[in-house]
Amino acid sequence: MRITSFIKGYRKEAVLAPLFKLLEALFELAVPLAVASLIDDGIAKGNSRHVFSMAFIMVVLGLIGLAASITAQYFSAKAAVGFSVKMKNALFQHVASLSESDRDRIGAPTIITRLTSDSMLVQNGINMFLRLFMRSPFVVFGAAIMAFTVDSQLASTFLWVIPLLSLIIFLVMRKTIPMYRDAQKALDKLLSRVRENLRGVRVLRAFSLEGEEKKSFSGEAESLRSIQISSGRISALLNPLTYAIVNIAIAIILLEGREKYNLSLIEAGSIVAVVNYMSQMLVELIKLANLIVTISRAIASGKRIESVFRIEPSMTDSPDAALECADTDEAIVFSNASVIYREGGKPSLADASFVIRKGERIGVIGGTGSGKTTLVSLIPRFYDVSSGSVSVYGHDVKDWNRQALRKHIGYAAQKALLFSGTVRDNMKWGKLDATDEEIDEALRIAEAYDFVHEKKEGLDSLIEESGKNLSGGQKQRLSIARAVIRKPDILILDDSLSALDYATESRVRNNLSAMKDMTVITVSQRTGSLRAMDNIIVLDKGRIDSIGTHEELLRTSSVYKEINDSQFGEDDNE
Amino acid sequence: MNKKSIDYRSILSRLWRYIRPYKWKLILSIISALISSVLTLFFPLLTGKAVDGIIDGDTGLFFRILMMMVLSVGLSAVFQYLMNLLNNSLSYSIVRDMRKDAFAHLERLPLSYIDSHSHGDVVSRIISDADQVSDGLLMGFTQLFTGIITILGTLVFMFTVNWVVALVVVVVTPLSIFSASFIAKRTFTLFYKQSEWRGKQTAFINEMVSGASTVAAYGMEEENQKHFENINKEWAHYSLLSVFYSSLTNPVTRFVNSVVYTGVALSGGLAALSGLMTIGGLTTILSYASQYTKPFNEITGVMTEFQNAAASAGRIFAFMDAEGESDDSKLPSMDKTEGNVSFDHVFFSYVPERPLIKDLELDIKPGMKVAIVGPTGAGKTTIINLLMRFYDPQSGRISIDGHDISSVRRFSIRSSFGMVLQETWLRTGTIRENIVMGRKDASDEDIKRAVELCHLDTFIASLPHGLDEMIADDSDGISQGQKQLLSISRIMLSEPEMLILDEATSSIDTRTEMYIQDAFMHLMEGRTSFIVAHRLQTIKNADLILVIDHGDVVEKGTHKELMAKKGFYHNLYMSQFAKR
Repeated sequence: MRITSFIKGYRKEAVLAPLFKLLEALFELAVPLAVASLIDDGIAKGNSRHVFSMAFIMVVLGLIGLAASITAQYFSAKAAVGFSVKMKNALFQHVASLSESDRDRIGAPTIITRLTSDSMLVQNGINMFLRLFMRSPFVVFGAAIMAFTVDSQLASTFLWVIPLLSLIIFLVMRKTIPMYRDAQKALDKLLSRVRENLRGVRVLRAFSLEGEEKKSFSGEAESLRSIQISSGRISALLNPLTYAIVNIAIAIILLEGREKYNLSLIEAGSIVAVVNYMSQMLVELIKLANLIVTISRAIASGKRIESVFRIEPSMTDSPDAALECADTDEAIVFSNASVIYREGGKPSLADASFVIRKGERIGVIGGTGSGKTTLVSLIPRFYDVSSGSVSVYGHDVKDWNRQALRKHIGYAAQKALLFSGTVRDNMKWGKLDATDEEIDEALRIAEAYDFVHEKKEGLDSLIEESGKNLSGGQKQRLSIARAVIRKPDILILDDSLSALDYATESRVRNNLSAMKDMTVITVSQRTGSLRAMDNIIVLDKGRIDSIGTHEELLRTSSVYKEINDSQFGEDDNE
Repeated sequence: MNKKSIDYRSILSRLWRYIRPYKWKLILSIISALISSVLTLFFPLLTGKAVDGIIDGDTGLFFRILMMMVLSVGLSAVFQYLMNLLNNSLSYSIVRDMRKDAFAHLERLPLSYIDSHSHGDVVSRIISDADQVSDGLLMGFTQLFTGIITILGTLVFMFTVNWVVALVVVVVTPLSIFSASFIAKRTFTLFYKQSEWRGKQTAFINEMVSGASTVAAYGMEEENQKHFENINKEWAHYSLLSVFYSSLTNPVTRFVNSVVYTGVALSGGLAALSGLMTIGGLTTILSYASQYTKPFNEITGVMTEFQNAAASAGRIFAFMDAEGESDDSKLPSMDKTEGNVSFDHVFFSYVPERPLIKDLELDIKPGMKVAIVGPTGAGKTTIINLLMRFYDPQSGRISIDGHDISSVRRFSIRSSFGMVLQETWLRTGTIRENIVMGRKDASDEDIKRAVELCHLDTFIASLPHGLDEMIADDSDGISQGQKQLLSISRIMLSEPEMLILDEATSSIDTRTEMYIQDAFMHLMEGRTSFIVAHRLQTIKNADLILVIDHGDVVEKGTHKELMAKKGFYHNLYMSQFAKR
């Protein structure tokens, strides 16, 4: 996808800006004519009225030029900012449409740089481009054409100067654009380092790694600087080279002009005129040279942004994707579902097959890394199976509209994640139109009501980004409240009570069991938490070891028995 | 963040402090600008002479002049290039230094700052704002000096031609500077706002990209999109205004200058009419007047561009003004610790209105295993925060082996503890890099041993690149339990003098926990250990159990003692077996 298409909707501005810029240039060119008339027709003929009227015309020309220029700047600013807004909105949306594994592959830091720094550079580039892309060629070619009307032989110098300068601009751009891309990559690294030092501050400080982090950051800042300086070394050539070439051309014009003059083929005034056109072109080219850098950087950043747009989401919903549940008693069906996260790695889940009926309470247990989270995250289709299939309410999850599918599911992740805003804002993630009563009810179920209302701000209490100002248990309870507020058909608790004390945990469990008709899938480390489940899925190294009730499993599954013994063995001896 | 730092003057003087170390480069750049500008001014003069040479038919003079032209062009180009190189190096070095300082400051900021400020906004300051500064400086250095020198040079030429008219031009032209600075002042606030909104936007992006899986789980994509578009709209408002207003300076100055030019033409024309001036004289003056006003256009453009740099620099400085942890480099470090830890009348609260820890008294003997239990939100983690000096108590003192921990260097306290938290964090890098965090010189043997102790060997062997597999905090395919095991392997490797385990095994299954329990026991042997846990079986054999509720120690003793007491702990313990 080409990002330039975002200019749509600002076509008017994008056309008018350069046109008005052109108008400005035209009025600028008219000023010398007025001066000439002031001198030739006014002073030389002793006509003071004409002097006054020419002066008046000059002011008017200036005013019109000013108006044209302001209009042009306004339109180009509007088009550039408008472009940038549209592009960022689309990019944000695109990133949101990517799947978990797509995002994991690109990495958060570089997504952030592209949405901020790169977008800014593209915006600047467009702004400058709109202001200059008509004006500069107009002035350059205008000067060349004018020179030809004066003396085509002398003006032929323009014929090699213009292509030569274009070639230099082209070469500089071709050389520097990849360097600017590298600079942005280096910026990704810096951003990633800063972000890690914020997120991992406790661990880094616990290991007293501040000194090393500073050293690494300095190294990264230095490598950014050295990329910038080497790209600068090339782009810095543009200005002096342009200057030298144009002025050498002037010397050549003088040299040729002299020969023609000696043969009386040309007047001195014509030589001066051609030289003047050449220097007029120089002024414009120098201005252009400064902007080539802006435009090259914009192109480099634009390509980076385009490369994100080019990533096809690995999950898409077909237009005829299911929006409603099929009429079935089977809530969830796994058949031979396998997941491999890393190419060449072992499957995290292999050949899982089972059926969960509506309203069943299912437990999932197994060792660390046995695939519990992988298994439950297939239900809302956070990941796709590598082989096999998963169906929810009669449709393969791949045939569901994802949003519609997820509306049926309440998911409380292992790592409870909240967002900056009030408690109420966070609860509304679960149900956008939730009333305060509904929120309070959900908070009660999650045993979060008391600590929320203990504060005088109540539901308006502020939560810091990712819930930094809450304890682990508080975050888990709010995350459960957020999951149950929508009264989901399927509730998935991925070890999401692990930070609660037993008393609180058992109260939450009791509250949840009062919610009838809900299919509940509970991942837990503890057999005690799963004892009352209709069925328990025991996972071992990515495979389903056995499925059954607590009592059955104690008899049939050595894995389950071992897990159970590891928890209650000691206590029984008490 | 505090707004008081938007003081323009102080921003400039602080910027100057960053420029000062490079003053020689700056001086060289100014000299280069001087040489190339003077030569550039000189060139039209030579052209004129060359034309005269053609007309006069003076071949010798013509070629001499031509040689001079080529020479001056060459020299001017070389010095222009030199100046560009110097300016590049100046701006990029200055910004690198600013970034380094800002990052160093980040490393000094107390946890209270980091916990209560938006991470994305901090990122935006160190990344985007710094970029704006380097762009502004580069443009400023490049155009300001050449502009000023061109103005001065033209002035000299003009005074030699006709000092009266020159004087008039000098008096009138600064009008354009006034009009430009009038605009510039207004744009500073706009640029600051734009930069602030950029920070807010980055904060939102950062939060949502980090929490993308939760966003997807709740189908909040559309809501977020709306929210993002709103922030974007606010930002666009300021961006449009600042881009537009700052682009006004150029046309406005140009207009002011064209009025001046017209004034010169008019008065000169009238003077010529009354015979006070020749037409030739008027032409010369007019050409200088136009040449003189041109650099003003450029300089005023730089003025507004520079506002942008200053606004962004202001945001970086404001960040650096946030109070850091007190400088402790002069304090002594704590050497080997025995492990005697005491809390003496310690009071602490995160927010003044809500006191949390009140008058905490503890005396922990070397080698003791101390368990901290209590309902969620009771303040267990807070005690850890105080021990590690992530937060400092409002009053009272905490000492290790009799040393007040506020009177020794923080790093020496922190490195005497090995800490594993419930909320694990992995850095972007290889598994190996993550394990050796506390002991960079660990041999492969040691790493292998730590990995085995934590029962991570099978997992690591299953990865395509083993220990060298790249991982990140939010990587797919690594479970929370495995992350915790990796965090534990860090301290298994570094073997610290004391241990802090804050729900360190909450995501690990009990079987694996049992397997590594031995290793843990071994590690805790003779080491003072603090264990926060709610799986109470795991702490039954602790030497001291502290039961915390609402920040207070409500009970303390061994498991047996507390069970016999049939109080708070007893209830907590028994609730594990209730209703099962």
